[in-house]
Amino acid sequence: MSQNRSSANPRTIREVVFVDGVRTPFGRAGEKGIYAGTRADDLVVKCIRELMRRNPSVPADRIDEVAIAATTQTGDQGLTIGRTAALLAGLPRTVPGFAIDRMCAGAMTAVTTTASGIGFGAYDVVIAGGVEHMGNHPMGAGADPNPRFLSERIVDPAALNMGNTAENLHDRFPAITKDRADAYAVASQDKLAAAYGRGQIQPDLVPVATMKPGRGWTVNTVDEPPRPGTSLEDLAALRTPFRAHGRVTAGNAAGLNDGATAALLASADAAAELGLPVKMRLVSYAFAGVEPEVMGIGPVPATEKALKNAGLGIDDIGLFEINEAFAVQVLSFLDHFGIADEDPRVNRYGGAIAVGHPLASSGVRLMNQLARQFEEDPSVRYGLTTMCIGLGMGATVIWENPHHADYGSVDTAESAATTETGAAA
Amino acid sequence: MSAADFRKLADLFPNETVTHSYVQDLALPAVDGKSPGIFALVTLDNGLDHSKPTTLGPATLVELGTVLEGLKERAARGEIVGVGVTGKPHFLVAGADLSTVKSLSGREHGLWMAQLGHEAYSALANLGVPSFAFINGLALGGGLEIALQSTYRTVSTGAGALALPEAFIGLIPGWGGVYILPRLIGPENAVKVMIENPLSNNRTLTGPQAYQLGVADALFEPADFVEQSLAWASKVIAGAVTPERPNAVDPSAPEVAERWAGAVAAGRAFVEAKTSNASPAPAKVLDVLEANRTISQAESAELECETLADLMQTDEFRSTVYAFLDLVQRRSKRPAGAPDRKLARPVTKIGVVGAGLMASQLALLFARQLKVPVVMTDIDQARVDKGVAYVHAEVERLLEKKRITADAANRTRALVTGSVSKEAFADADFVIEAVFEELSVKKQVFKEVEAIVSPDCILATNTSSLSVTAMAEGLAHPERLVGFHFFNPVAVMPLLEIVRAPKTEDAVLATAFELAKGLKKSAVLVKDAPAFVVNRILLRLMGEVTAAFDEGTPAEVADNALREMGLPMTPFTLGAMVGLPVAQHVQESLHAAFGDRFPVSRNLQTLIDNGVKSIWAPAPGADGKPSVPAETLALLSFGTSPSTGEEVLRRTQDALAEEIALMLDEGVVAGPEDIDLCMILGAGWPMFLGGITPYLDRVGASERVNGRKFLAAGVASAPA
Repeated sequence: MSQNRSSANPRTIREVVFVDGVRTPFGRAGEKGIYAGTRADDLVVKCIRELMRRNPSVPADRIDEVAIAATTQTGDQGLTIGRTAALLAGLPRTVPGFAIDRMCAGAMTAVTTTASGIGFGAYDVVIAGGVEHMGNHPMGAGADPNPRFLSERIVDPAALNMGNTAENLHDRFPAITKDRADAYAVASQDKLAAAYGRGQIQPDLVPVATMKPGRGWTVNTVDEPPRPGTSLEDLAALRTPFRAHGRVTAGNAAGLNDGATAALLASADAAAELGLPVKMRLVSYAFAGVEPEVMGIGPVPATEKALKNAGLGIDDIGLFEINEAFAVQVLSFLDHFGIADEDPRVNRYGGAIAVGHPLASSGVRLMNQLARQFEEDPSVRYGLTTMCIGLGMGATVIWENPHHADYGSVDTAESAATTETGAAA
Repeated sequence: MSAADFRKLADLFPNETVTHSYVQDLALPAVDGKSPGIFALVTLDNGLDHSKPTTLGPATLVELGTVLEGLKERAARGEIVGVGVTGKPHFLVAGADLSTVKSLSGREHGLWMAQLGHEAYSALANLGVPSFAFINGLALGGGLEIALQSTYRTVSTGAGALALPEAFIGLIPGWGGVYILPRLIGPENAVKVMIENPLSNNRTLTGPQAYQLGVADALFEPADFVEQSLAWASKVIAGAVTPERPNAVDPSAPEVAERWAGAVAAGRAFVEAKTSNASPAPAKVLDVLEANRTISQAESAELECETLADLMQTDEFRSTVYAFLDLVQRRSKRPAGAPDRKLARPVTKIGVVGAGLMASQLALLFARQLKVPVVMTDIDQARVDKGVAYVHAEVERLLEKKRITADAANRTRALVTGSVSKEAFADADFVIEAVFEELSVKKQVFKEVEAIVSPDCILATNTSSLSVTAMAEGLAHPERLVGFHFFNPVAVMPLLEIVRAPKTEDAVLATAFELAKGLKKSAVLVKDAPAFVVNRILLRLMGEVTAAFDEGTPAEVADNALREMGLPMTPFTLGAMVGLPVAQHVQESLHAAFGDRFPVSRNLQTLIDNGVKSIWAPAPGADGKPSVPAETLALLSFGTSPSTGEEVLRRTQDALAEEIALMLDEGVVAGPEDIDLCMILGAGWPMFLGGITPYLDRVGASERVNGRKFLAAGVASAPA
């Protein structure tokens, strides 16, 4: 092998920016949901086409990769969905694509993986997103867990059910009561309703036309899962399906949902060349593993790792977009970092408990919302998007706000970290 | 008047597959930060999958009209700011339910049907708010007229076929199309859409073509067609977008009047050239178009309804529906008498004996459509090379015309090879001969082939006049021989006569039918009988006309006597195109089989002997009319009993009725429907004749000659 293969062209790490992101309105999974009878790949296609329409200065043949995540990669989510969605969206055949899976953090991993490719110089412009049609693909459908999980006690079989892991988390942190979880859930509904009222959600939604037997075409423009006006009393009445007298209910957890997301990422240079807006700059990211039985704690070590990579502390983070798979999982994160349940930096537009969580799609929804909050609040310099992941993982991406006064100036801590990373490499 | 007043008509057809009008209220997307309001979107859906197109029957139109009247009231109350109409996936609407229209009994019901359409559609133009058609898919006839009656139109780039095919069907675009279209896209374009396209193999427009012509105001891709159409409608309603219609005309402008008259005249010339005005509908389209330049839309509507009511009563219309729906669309897909397709054997390699022109055309067709190796043989290398070179040249031509890709061209070229040895057929599953039309030659060929091929290799003959039964005699396995009769040019003509000899086994026939399907041909099962179907009928017809000519009827009288049938070409022209020697050869074999019903013309033989290729001079005379050259006339001798054109027509009608009745008695095909299908697909005979038997029934020939009609009342004629 040639000795000078890489030395011929000294490596430089390139900055990665989040240009734009869109999503479909989320639907309730099941026969009555807005996307019953609609294909998952079609939902992705709508997102990709809307991204291209919203960013007309990007020539379609400049898209270097289409990475689309789905947790269940069969049927309408199968056949290498990144590639099929690119073709179905009408992108040139020269644009490649692939499928990606990290359960709930699928879209987030699509973003970090392609962002790494941009940083490395393999791509200039990419589309990254995710989809989950949980009506067509119930969680875990078709999976065949290895019997060794059980026989060798590698993972408690109960940990394959996410609701059980949430109950386990309540066990671990007795201070997180059902009342706290319900109160958090009510706040999530209220915050989302308020955000809708202020028009903060709608701009990043792609309208999706669907046709139902006996009803004709309709065009879906709003999320179906939210239940605005939900009260503590309403939630108290719900049963706890995972454990008798448990704490986790359909009210303080995200539902089963259908939806898709997609984001446009670029190298900072390519964004400048093509005249693309920069909504966020990628600072760092990290994934971490935890005990599968308490997978909801995953965001804690992932965030610590991402902060360390960035040379930042938790106090540097002005906005949090944390996925609300379960209220208890968010609360365990907040407790760990000493953040109040109702801290205004956290999930300003509400979260998945209200808006829904179509597994592999949610990562980009968090980014869309953080990007809009950055624009609204130039006083914030750094924000993070984080989520827990089935089988015991967490994912965190830290972003910088380009609207902040100090954007572009080199932060001491971060530059030190960069140097250190460079030295280690 | 209201659509509901026509329920009496709908009640006559309780079995209509109703296309429902489902309404959804949608908030229009914001324009400049503000939604213009609520939009009612009507979806036309029959609840069935894409194999069952949505159609417009009486109950469908009553429902649509009633729904639109309701929306008009809502618009008046200020509840909605616009109305849209779209369809289930792949269809806006396929058009009027022709089976229902065909079975309307009496002019009054036809008039009701015409008026019902206007009643339902006029609501679209008078809602009090703008109406939009989102043409998401196929839109034919009344389907496209829904769009034309709307204020604005969007069309999908994926929309399959857009057309006003009424002139072809035997009607007029009488639900407003004939009035609106010329105003929208100009009279010349309107004549193209309403006359030239229908009469050119019923050609249709793609979405982008329709947009280019100005039929639609905006063009969107299928992936988010409804969403983008709605967003566009929102901008139009908000005043942010005003569609430009560069082709639209004001009929009252003097220069437009001139263009209008010119377009009508050009249309009339086109109709005359294509159909000899043998069917009334195309001329009626032009009559209404001509008249409606100076009248109001309401006055035109009345004229359209009266004209439609008249045309619905014509047998030309009923025959076309029979020919188009019952035969070409249905019967040709389920050939009568074909064995169970499960019996068919796989065909992975094909042999063609001969490398002449016909053999080379067959090799190209097999290779292109079936994508299996095809090997041609001939007696020497030069002939083989010529045959393969022909195929390669044709492939090159297709490539140049961009009809195929370079990869497909490479593949096809590689599939076709030649050999001077029939050993090349050793692993073939199907060997067809296309050698000289001489029984002993063909028998010798099959004897040689049979010595090489496997015992279950199918043998096929492309003979047009020889007995397949006789050809099978002497074969070790006569059960594997089948007739596989193509029509010239083989790449174009859609018919294949599959000939069953007495010993032909079902598996062989089933394979032949599957091959036909793979070749994209419509196959008709024919018993082994002289000249099978198409050639027997054509030659009976040509024989009658030639006999009249020989008897002393002037050429122009004899050859134009059948004008009212609107055949694609006159008998003499057809004879010249086929080649007089070929026609004479088949005629002789028919004469040998059937005697004087197929007289062999001495005059024709004289022409052949003298190398004359056509009775008519190659170019028209000074008066623009065809003429027989004096030197040709000098060769011929005539009788002294000339006929009038009417007499020639009548004797030809009678001869055809006689011949077809005999063919049916002999069991050549399963029924008169197969005769008609063969004449439509193999000879290009017009659908308004219904092929031929509806015409013979209509003019009384069937009853004159056979004492009864070929088809029951209502099949291609007025219901009993």
